[in-house]
Amino acid sequence: MSLWVDQYRPRALDDLHYHQGLSTCLKALAASGDFPHMLFYGPSGAGKKTRITCTLRQLFGPGVEKLKIDQRVFLTPSRRKVEVNLVQSNFHIEITPSEAGSYDRVVIQELLKEIAQTQQVDLNAKQRFKVVIINEADSLSRDAQAALRRTMEKYMSNMRIILCANSTSRLIAPIKSRCLLMRVAAPSREEMQSVMQYVSKRAGFDLPPEAGDKIIDDSGGNLRKAILVLEALKMQSPDLSGPLAIAKPDWETYCHKVADMIISEQSPARVMEVRQKLYELLSHCIPPTVILKTIAERVVDRVDEAIKTDIMHWAAIYEVRMRIGSKKIYHLEAWVVKVMSIYKHFFYDMDMSSFD
Amino acid sequence: MSFFKPQAQTPKAPPKHAVDPELQPWVEKYRPKTIDDVSAQEHTVAVLKKTLTSTNLPHMLFYGPPGTGKTSTILALARQLFGPENFRNRVLELNASDERGISIVREKIKNFARQTPRAQTVSSDGKEYPCPPYKIIILDEADSMTQDAQGALRRIMESYARITRFCLVCNYVTRIIEPLASRCSKFRFTSLDNQSSSSRLMHIATAEHIAVDPLVVETLISASSGDLRRAITYLQSASRLSSSTSPPTPITPRDVQEIAGVVPDDIINDFASVLGIDTDQAMSDTTPKPGFKGIRSAVKEIIREGYSASQVLSQLHDIVVLHPTLNAKQKSQCGLIFAEADKALCDGADEELWILEVGLHVSKAVS
Ligand SMILES: Nc1ncnc2c1ncn2[C@@H]1O[C@H](COP(=O)(O)OP(=O)(O)OP(=O)(O)O)[C@@H](O)[C@H]1O
Ligand SMILES: [Mg+2]
Repeated sequence: MSLWVDQYRPRALDDLHYHQGLSTCLKALAASGDFPHMLFYGPSGAGKKTRITCTLRQLFGPGVEKLKIDQRVFLTPSRRKVEVNLVQSNFHIEITPSEAGSYDRVVIQELLKEIAQTQQVDLNAKQRFKVVIINEADSLSRDAQAALRRTMEKYMSNMRIILCANSTSRLIAPIKSRCLLMRVAAPSREEMQSVMQYVSKRAGFDLPPEAGDKIIDDSGGNLRKAILVLEALKMQSPDLSGPLAIAKPDWETYCHKVADMIISEQSPARVMEVRQKLYELLSHCIPPTVILKTIAERVVDRVDEAIKTDIMHWAAIYEVRMRIGSKKIYHLEAWVVKVMSIYKHFFYDMDMSSFD
Repeated sequence: MSFFKPQAQTPKAPPKHAVDPELQPWVEKYRPKTIDDVSAQEHTVAVLKKTLTSTNLPHMLFYGPPGTGKTSTILALARQLFGPENFRNRVLELNASDERGISIVREKIKNFARQTPRAQTVSSDGKEYPCPPYKIIILDEADSMTQDAQGALRRIMESYARITRFCLVCNYVTRIIEPLASRCSKFRFTSLDNQSSSSRLMHIATAEHIAVDPLVVETLISASSGDLRRAITYLQSASRLSSSTSPPTPITPRDVQEIAGVVPDDIINDFASVLGIDTDQAMSDTTPKPGFKGIRSAVKEIIREGYSASQVLSQLHDIVVLHPTLNAKQKSQCGLIFAEADKALCDGADEELWILEVGLHVSKAVS
């Protein structure tokens, strides 16, 4: 049995619940025959992927739902092998080039050329082109993005590219100028409520609106998360009444604990303890940016207005350094020390200038 | 309105397989066919036209921002020099989608330069082409070639100098190593001025029989900042969308903004006023300071809406810089933080953290 998020995922553009305007656009584009390259962007859990799948169905019919999953091995110029998973139907192919790390360029070059040079085999296909979906496009390296540029122009007659990303900031201008941009905003509270009501009905029960509100508060606009939580809660307490205890994920509780540790004591010994915890989080594959942001959010909630700006400032600075550098822990730790110092100085009302 | 079904969807037309020029994207359909078609770039066009008659061509380096006609110009020039038949064996195009390690480039160019096909100056279309006795190698997107590959190119350029001409095309001329750049005559492609963009867009609109308001053209141009390809893509998307509703509605400037990912004015103005910048002169010094919490929730809202940080910051930047009452010191303090944020975003920084960072700093600077 599949999860509700998958089971009740809309499959056609007409079934999508919110952003009607977007759906109408997509339907018009799909019908027009000259479907452009597209770039879907928006926060996670806003429904980009669902929308893309629905669009494909609109373009090619239910055939796109017959998927097979393959693994392809690419050979880099330095003779290294990189493996990438391909999800494909007769009409489209979906890749996540970031799986290949810094070799994503090779994947893009080889795979796209190969696809571009083969014509649509299925003569009954509704469209002459194949679609290539590129997930996590904002983590494509510069080289990989450069490799896309002329490909997107040259092979337009038998290939369309759909990029899926959280934001457009990391994409180079020449790529953006070759795509139609589609912003998929997170659903509003009302929209989330109505989707959850719908899911509950399909699953055969009534969701009390207050319970829905509670889940929405917790979800931060992430509909996928909301539906997952809904399903989990329903398992725990089938009648969904009374105070709901939405369990926070362990890593979040853990991050909050770290934040509390930073505030309650600022000493070298405490830094060592915090470092243990940070290592623990990193070893569980929690992305370092998420760790930093979660701790920072919690810390600023608990300190004086006067130092909030400073704390976030250093969070922003150390987050970039972390991306450029290679040892995540250094920067996380440096930030922790910085915060401790800011906090302590503020407390004793001392001059901080020598620490800037 | 989730059961809303337009009629357009029910009768499906039988699948078409023929190459239909109607279905070509306009950027390709209206790609300049001859160098005379190239809008703006007068200097480049004038110089290149001379080479058409003199049949001598230097190595060339085209540089300039995206969508200003670099690739189009060199392709058009090559076509005019050699005609459709000879184009294939006289012109080699290598771009960033090709493997461009040193050895591969050398191999490809060597092979290509070796064959000396005879020239047919009269082509099947009855026209006569100059067909000068050399081949053209186009290295498009050359700024993504490694330094080493560029270094190796120097030798290659020299050893085949008699029979080949190179044309390097790039966005950033500084990424081309000096010894290579100095072997070429440089042509700078500038962002298209409003006048040329607008006449090109109008030309396309007329050819496609769509009515566009001058205001829409203005929005197209400002949203695409001199990148004609973007403007054309937006125009085509907007016209598709507007003609798909029944009855068809005219294109509005707001449609264009949405397609271009521009943040609506009211949202950006609201954000600015949360930061303490008055965008509406009528009400000043009445708004209470929202403080850290207010700014943070405004930032969260923007992130939820999915706007890109670079877009938000560039629009906010315009508001600050053009603001009538902020003083020079305040503006320059804001300027510093915008610069910082732009660099961070280019390095892949977290968007939420940096919009917040800019917000907090701007708010401090203007208070
Ligand atoms: N100067 C121009 N005159 C007419 N059309 C232009 C001009 N510049 C761009 N275009 C239009 O934009 C499209 C893209 O232009 P082109 O491929 O030449 O850009 P480019 O400078 O090579 O960009 P990039 O740096 O992204 O490769 C063309 O197909 C054409 O429709
Ligand atoms: Mg180009």
